[in-house]
Amino acid sequence: MSRWSLRLWIAFLILPAAAVMVVFVVVPIVTALAYSLYAWHGSARAGFVGLDNFRVVLTEQPYAGWTLRAFWHNVIVFVSLMLAQNGTAFFIAYGLLKTLPGHRFHQVAVFLPVILSTVIIGALWKLLLNPIFGLVNNGLTAIGLGSLAQPWLGQESTALGSLIFVNAWHWVGFPALLFLAGMQRIPKEVLEAARLDGAGDGVLMRRIIWPLVAPAATIAVLLMFIGSFNWFELPYVMTGLDGSPGGATDVLGLYFYRTAFGGVTSGLQDFGRGSALAVLMFLFIIAVSILFTRMLRRREIEV
Amino acid sequence: MDSLRTVKRAVGAIAGLTMLAGPALAGDLTFWTWRQEDRAQYAQLFADFNRTNPGINIRFEAYEPQNYQTIVSTALAAGRGPDVIHVRAYGGLEQFARAGYLMPLDNQTVPELANFTAEALASETLRSDNRVYAVPFASQTLGVFYNRDIFQRLNLQPPQTWEQFIAACRAIKAANLVPVANGTATAWMTEVLTSVFTGSFLGPQFAADVVAGRATFEDPRYVAALGKMLELRECLPNGFTGVDYPTSQQLFLSGRAAMFAGGSFEISNFRRQNANLPMEFIAPPAPAAGQPGLVSLFFDGGYAINARTGNRDDALKLVRFMATPEFGNRLTALLGNISPIRGVQVQDPMLARVAQLNQNSWPYIMAVYFRYDSPTGSELLQGAVQRMMAGNATPQQVGTEITQGIARYYQPFQRRGG
Repeated sequence: MSRWSLRLWIAFLILPAAAVMVVFVVVPIVTALAYSLYAWHGSARAGFVGLDNFRVVLTEQPYAGWTLRAFWHNVIVFVSLMLAQNGTAFFIAYGLLKTLPGHRFHQVAVFLPVILSTVIIGALWKLLLNPIFGLVNNGLTAIGLGSLAQPWLGQESTALGSLIFVNAWHWVGFPALLFLAGMQRIPKEVLEAARLDGAGDGVLMRRIIWPLVAPAATIAVLLMFIGSFNWFELPYVMTGLDGSPGGATDVLGLYFYRTAFGGVTSGLQDFGRGSALAVLMFLFIIAVSILFTRMLRRREIEV
Repeated sequence: MDSLRTVKRAVGAIAGLTMLAGPALAGDLTFWTWRQEDRAQYAQLFADFNRTNPGINIRFEAYEPQNYQTIVSTALAAGRGPDVIHVRAYGGLEQFARAGYLMPLDNQTVPELANFTAEALASETLRSDNRVYAVPFASQTLGVFYNRDIFQRLNLQPPQTWEQFIAACRAIKAANLVPVANGTATAWMTEVLTSVFTGSFLGPQFAADVVAGRATFEDPRYVAALGKMLELRECLPNGFTGVDYPTSQQLFLSGRAAMFAGGSFEISNFRRQNANLPMEFIAPPAPAAGQPGLVSLFFDGGYAINARTGNRDDALKLVRFMATPEFGNRLTALLGNISPIRGVQVQDPMLARVAQLNQNSWPYIMAVYFRYDSPTGSELLQGAVQRMMAGNATPQQVGTEITQGIARYYQPFQRRGG
């Protein structure tokens, strides 16, 4: 095969994927950037306004307050899910690795919710958490813990926490699988040698397993970060586009959607401010992702 | 921006392909709406139209309500879209009319505009040029539904004053039932609830003062009315902050709740779900005996003509027909919505009562006046009242938050240092 036909062949193989990438990823990003520089009357473009849309969403009230509130909620979601979802997943993976009795069942059970759609999970948990008809409150009352029954999704103090819990319940199987795969890649000799040297479970986990599943952790953290900052479906299904109650579950995804495409009551659209939010989200996610990747890669060790 | 133009063209092409294959031929009209559930009724309405206007084929196409504005504006931006469009009112209309997508209507082209009240026409008028862009199609009334059986069983009269209302709530609660089914978990229903129970305390005068720039939402009248909302809390279900719209509906429909604050648009829906429900519709409680209880009134939308229609004459014929009392009568009877056309006879007894209650009303204030610009009065009110009802904000704070948000584009509120 000549060099030219090889190049042609490579181009032929890459082109379809590249075309899809350009049409569905590059163009929308560039378009959003362009949109964010214009004033909009709903979905009709008006004059060029430079960075004014960015100024409005970042400094002008009430938008700046809403942007900050939504951003802060995304941060809380990320940090809490790191602990509740990835943390739990790590221990579940370790439990599965030890092939305790019944591990086959648990392997399936843990992963089962992952294959259900977020809409189903959200609707299901919304019913379970319903203050009047819900199983959670009725169950608590039935076992004499009625004082703990509360409108979980209707209180600013518990709404976001409830969503985080449901998200962790839904997705914990995925990082667990990642970690388990990472743990299974650790050569048995290493673990056995450590055990012979008298390392207990705690030491083993801290000194051997945790460092050696670093590549899996990098992926889990990165996916968690991107997922947390693009969070939309679950709060949309469970507490609505407005981030009820009183904005307590408002996150950037919902806020962006409301701004660009209109909320439930008014349908007032502003593609300019919406695109500005989308661009800010994109820039933030890509910058932090690069940072995370650099930092986390550094602690990965090959065996 | 070449990329912009390309994208617009692509969007237009996609919109064109998926929504409308080719331009309408003379004698053919396309009608778009978000009311998929009314397809059969519209078929009858269009058949009426064809009786006097034979040969004009009308194609009914419905899109999902949540994305209707986006779908229509995308199609219109691309120079496509239907000939006759079911448009929303107030700010929802302005989005399309301001962009020049709709054909202005006047007494020459649509003499039937004379059949409407000024308030009805105002809902379909563009504020900047004061021209009407659509023929209003229905008014909606917000008030209180109650369950006749429960009231009879407990020997209660439908409450007319706030005092009677609170007393009734306590009696209902003592009977282990929920007095008022509503919760605050669904943001837009929180606004409905607020308008229903504050309306009688505020009245049309307050709305007129706000519009004239004589009052803000920090006005003592508004703050005091919000205080009534706090008293209302004892009437709502346990855990009402987590009770959403469907849950409230189910509480009322199943007879577990005695009252439900909501709109006349629920009537046909409630009847469909429980034909035997002994429900009545009344005005919200008045501040004191001898004063009227005020329902909240707004207009729901209208019928507009695409400025770029290829079939202007037939589109005009249809829209003129949609402004006649004959059409209004049929629409009211078929859809259970009250047509705002003068001279319409409301046959259904419950709707007739609603129409009568409309005589004593105040405007659904945020929808009528403050959904044109961002931040809308509605989004400000909904979030703030949710927090107030949960005990995390005072009525004064709610009033300030709404006023400051609206002050961004509403000059009278700026002057007052809002």
